Amino acid sequence: MTTAQIPVVGYLRVEPVPHLVAQRCVACGALFLDRRNGCGRCGAEDFEDHRLATTGTLRSYTVVHRSGPSVPVPYISVVVDLDGGGCVMGNLAGVRPDPAQLMPGQRLRLTTAGAGTDDAGTEAVAFRFEPA
Amino acid sequence: MSSPDLWVLGAAMTPFTRYGPDVDLVDLAHRAARSALGDAAVAFPDVDVLALGTAYEPNTNPAQRLLRQLGQTGIPAYNVVNACATGAAALRLACLAVAAGEADIGLAVGAEKMGKAGLLGNATRPKTDGTRTFSPSGRYGSVLPVEGLLGTQTMPGIFSHASTEYALQHGVTFEQFARVAEKNHAHSTLNPLAQYQKAFSLDEIMAADTVAWPNTLLMCCPTGDGAAAVVVVSGERLRSLGDEQRRRAVKISASVMTTQPWTETDGVVYDINTVTRTAAHRAYETAGVGPDDLDLVELHDCFASAELLHYDNLGLCEPGGAGDFIDSRAPWRDGRIPVNVSGGLLSKGHPIGATGLAGIYEVVTHLRGEAGARQIDDARVGLAHVLGLGSTCAVHILERAAA
Repeated sequence: MTTAQIPVVGYLRVEPVPHLVAQRCVACGALFLDRRNGCGRCGAEDFEDHRLATTGTLRSYTVVHRSGPSVPVPYISVVVDLDGGGCVMGNLAGVRPDPAQLMPGQRLRLTTAGAGTDDAGTEAVAFRFEPA
Repeated sequence: MSSPDLWVLGAAMTPFTRYGPDVDLVDLAHRAARSALGDAAVAFPDVDVLALGTAYEPNTNPAQRLLRQLGQTGIPAYNVVNACATGAAALRLACLAVAAGEADIGLAVGAEKMGKAGLLGNATRPKTDGTRTFSPSGRYGSVLPVEGLLGTQTMPGIFSHASTEYALQHGVTFEQFARVAEKNHAHSTLNPLAQYQKAFSLDEIMAADTVAWPNTLLMCCPTGDGAAAVVVVSGERLRSLGDEQRRRAVKISASVMTTQPWTETDGVVYDINTVTRTAAHRAYETAGVGPDDLDLVELHDCFASAELLHYDNLGLCEPGGAGDFIDSRAPWRDGRIPVNVSGGLLSKGHPIGATGLAGIYEVVTHLRGEAGARQIDDARVGLAHVLGLGSTCAVHILERAAA
C-alpha cells in the first residue's frame, strides 16, 4: 500500500516526477508561485500554468544559525535561478552548513523529501535542492 | 519634479534604550514631541497637523492619545504604519500636508516600545503533538509552516540573502561585511543617545555567534525603545518667524518615498536594492545634488551586510565596489562620505517607528553644527535613508541654507 502524499505548497507537483509549477502572466510572461488576483508587473489578470525546470543556478544563500522554536538549525537557505526562468527559495541538502561549500554559479537540482505525516497518515512532501 | 519649499524647524529624539514598565508609548512620543517643539521654539497650538508613526501599536489611536497630553486642539491627526519606514512615512505625511497648503506647521512623531521582542518570533514550525490534518491554506497553498523547510523568511535571513547575492556577484568577503559593524559600533561611542556605546574589534565581531551568515550577533541591530520627532514648516511661514528660528532651520531639498517595483525575485525573497535605487535616483534629481555633494549619510543598517549594499544603491561607491569602499574607510567619520556617524541602527538602536525620524534628527543636528563630539565639520548636505520590508524606501536630502 502506498502512503497518501500531499505537497507542502501548492506550486509543488509530486507526480509523475517532482517539479514546480508557476502562474505565468499571459500578457507579459512574469512568473509567480502564489495565487494571484493580477500581475504585479503589468496588472493583467490572465494566468496559465507554467512548468519550471528542476535545475538551476545559485542566486543567493544564507546559513541560518538562529531561528524560532522547533526550527532545526543550522541549515542553508538558497534562492535558485531556475533554467529557462523563474526563481524559488528552498533548503539546500547534501552539503555541510558552511558558506565555504557555496560558489558563484553553483549548479543545483531539485529533489524532494518527506516533511511529516498527519493524523490521517498523509505524508507532506517538501522540495529542496542539492548540488547537481 | 521640483521640491516644495519645506523646512525642518525642530528635531529631537529620546535616548534609545530599554525603558521600564512605567514608561509607555505615549510617554516616549510626548518626550520627543515636547523636545522637538522646544527646539523649534513653537507652541503646540501653532501646529496644524500631527502624524504619529508606530509599527507595534498603530491600532491603539496613539496620535489621539498623544494629543490628550499635548493639548486637544482639534487638528487632523494620522496614525501611521509602514514597517521600518514608519517614522519616515509620518514625516512624509506632515510634509504633504504642508506642501498642499493645508498646514503651515506639521509635527511628525515616531515612537516604539519593543521591549525584548525578537524578530524571529514568526519563525515557528508545527507542533507535533495534538491532532493535525494537512490542508492547503493561504496564497501558497501550504499545508505546514515552511520556515526552515523551504528556506528562511526571517529578517536576518532575508537581508543575508540579499547580501550573499551581492557577494557572489562582486566578491565581497565576510570580513568586509563585518567592517561595517566595526565602524558603526565605534561611531556610537560618541553618541550619548545611542542604545549601545561600545566599540568592538573586527575579531570580536567576526567571532560572535552567527545569526544568519554573513551576519553575526554584533552585525544585527538590537530591539529597543525610543522616540523621535520633527517639526516641519512651510518656507512662507518660516520667513515670518524669528532670526534664530530661520538661522537654525534646515531645508528639505528632497522627500521621496518609493515602493518595490516588480523584479524576478518578487514573492520569493524581498529585493532591498531596486526600491532604494529608485528612491535615491528621484531624491538626487529632485534636490539637484549627487552623491559627491553629501557630507554625511544616515542609512538603514538593520544588518551590517545591508549597509554595504546601500553604499552601492545610494551611489556612494563605484558600481560593484562596496567592498573596496569599506576597505578604504571612506564611510568612517573621518572618511570621504561619513555613513552612520550616529552609530546607525546597529548600535544607536532601531525602535521601529522612531528610526526614520531619528535619522532626520541626526542629519539636521550636524547641518546645524550642533552635534558636539561627533560633529562632522562644516556639514552642508546630508541624506537620510530607511527601508521597510514589503518594501518601502524613503530618502530625504537635507541642506543647510538661508531661509
